[in-house]
Amino acid sequence: MNRISDAVSEIYKLDMEAGKKGWLQEIHPLSKLLVTILFILLTVSFGKYDLSGLLKMGIYLIAAFVLGDISIKMLLKRMKLLLALVCLAGIGNPLFDRETLFVLGSLNVTGGMVSAATLIIKGAYSVSASYLLMITTPMEDLCRALRKLCVPKTIVTILMLAYRYIIVLLKEAERMTDAYMLRAPGQKGISYKAWGTLAGQLLLRSMDRAQVVYDSMKLRGYGGEFPQGCRKTAGMGDYAYGIGWSAALLAVRLL
Amino acid sequence: MHMADALVSPAAAGTMYAMSAAAAAYAVKKVRPDDLDRKVPMMGVMGAFVFAAQMINFTIPGTGSSGHLCGGMLLSAVLGTHAGFLTMIAVLAIQCLLFADGGLLALGCNIWNMAFYGCFVGGALIWRAMTGKKMTRGRITAASVIGCVLSLQLGAFSVTVQTLVSGITELPFSVFLGMMQPIHLAIGLVEGMITAAVLVFVYEARPEVLHGYGCETKAGGRMSRKRTAAVLASLALVIGGALSLFASAKPDGLEWSMEKTAGTAELSAEGMIYQLSEKVQGITAVLPDYSFRSSESAAGTSFSGIAGGLIVLGVCLAVCLLIKRVKHAGQKNGKVVNEQN
Repeated sequence: MNRISDAVSEIYKLDMEAGKKGWLQEIHPLSKLLVTILFILLTVSFGKYDLSGLLKMGIYLIAAFVLGDISIKMLLKRMKLLLALVCLAGIGNPLFDRETLFVLGSLNVTGGMVSAATLIIKGAYSVSASYLLMITTPMEDLCRALRKLCVPKTIVTILMLAYRYIIVLLKEAERMTDAYMLRAPGQKGISYKAWGTLAGQLLLRSMDRAQVVYDSMKLRGYGGEFPQGCRKTAGMGDYAYGIGWSAALLAVRLL
Repeated sequence: MHMADALVSPAAAGTMYAMSAAAAAYAVKKVRPDDLDRKVPMMGVMGAFVFAAQMINFTIPGTGSSGHLCGGMLLSAVLGTHAGFLTMIAVLAIQCLLFADGGLLALGCNIWNMAFYGCFVGGALIWRAMTGKKMTRGRITAASVIGCVLSLQLGAFSVTVQTLVSGITELPFSVFLGMMQPIHLAIGLVEGMITAAVLVFVYEARPEVLHGYGCETKAGGRMSRKRTAAVLASLALVIGGALSLFASAKPDGLEWSMEKTAGTAELSAEGMIYQLSEKVQGITAVLPDYSFRSSESAAGTSFSGIAGGLIVLGVCLAVCLLIKRVKHAGQKNGKVVNEQN
């Protein structure tokens, strides 16, 4: 199953990139998380015809990608998924909004064209910002940042455990589907006759694994909470990153 | 159905975050604390399972496409409504962060559209109501299919409303709704069947794994008022949303009789009172002739069915509460008079 192995390799790559040494990776996760949320919030707050203002928001992404030396290969892959959905919502805009906003050479640029373009740019910016956060921040650090934002410990622990076990269960699913495919050559997907048995077996195996996980966690002294203390405390650089970018983004949005 | 950030406005995203956070806080409170340290690892692994299982393509017979199972419904059936809801939040957060499947800002919307409806409507209302008394293969299948269809229909409806409230698309509400509901009806049926196949397998292999198994006899006897209300409300939504599309276009009994006697189904009346009432009706009728004002699409009929059902339920509830209050006040007064005597 290509889809499963693709997902596994993508998670590996993200983990490896996030664990690298670099100035962006060293910034405190809470600082990065807050800047990312602010960036997305300000990006989507632009009006549907405010293309020029929206383009200016790109400075954050350009600076981070170039100065942080971040590869955009994986990002482009993520964009495919997004573009399909955004295009579906924006497809009607040029048809329904035909009022001419300005003329570009011999082309009458209508409101619908501009609003469709802003929709696509907003989508691309938001995906890029989340990607930037994930590729520079390990999941454990992100979970610690979420705890600092008062997200309940139950949700954060589930998030952390699910993330850790995704690879294990994806590999389990891959083994099972590979075994199925070898017995059913040339067949696309899983036949309806095997829907229940295949996914049901995976579910039962996952539950057995959960029991083993619980037992081993108990043996290691787990009492309902993981130690959530941050690896490092926020320094001047982290504050400067957070405050500096917040001020710059607000200035771009408001001025 | 994962919404991207570009499809929501900050106001809509903030509102949905607040609603989802309230539901999450309620779920955290409802998961029993003594259960929690044992349940959390199970929830984590089950979250990973849903993620992995959704990567498997299940071929839909007779079509070239494939589908995957419904996470919210399945998690509720295995972990229970509240634990399932919290696990779905983690699954959606990971899908958003790792694979850009849904935006970070739109996460509140996605939690509401997929996790809330999947777990609280599909899991709490349908699953519990249909399998709480007795768990059988047939009941599991029916609960899975109805739960998935209903939760996906509500989710698709919410996506349409959230996108339109955000002012993102120029598509008219009726057109957008007409695009969203039928496709999600088909997806819901397929996801429901896949989910049913998995749950029936689990029921036959290891039934104790299913949430509520073994407690059916305790819940036996008459169905509680809450459950009855939930089933009736769900049926009203299904009938209003889906079956209203097949409503007959032929005249009803009164119209038929009028057509036979007067030659027309709509009699005209003259006079100031009639004109005034017609004007008022024109303003107050949000959905004239069970359609949107601008179109006569099927989506309008569906929407009218659902909206009508909800309004009737609301009015019934208000009237019943009023009667109860009046009765209660009467009894109290009676008691006071008796005591004074």
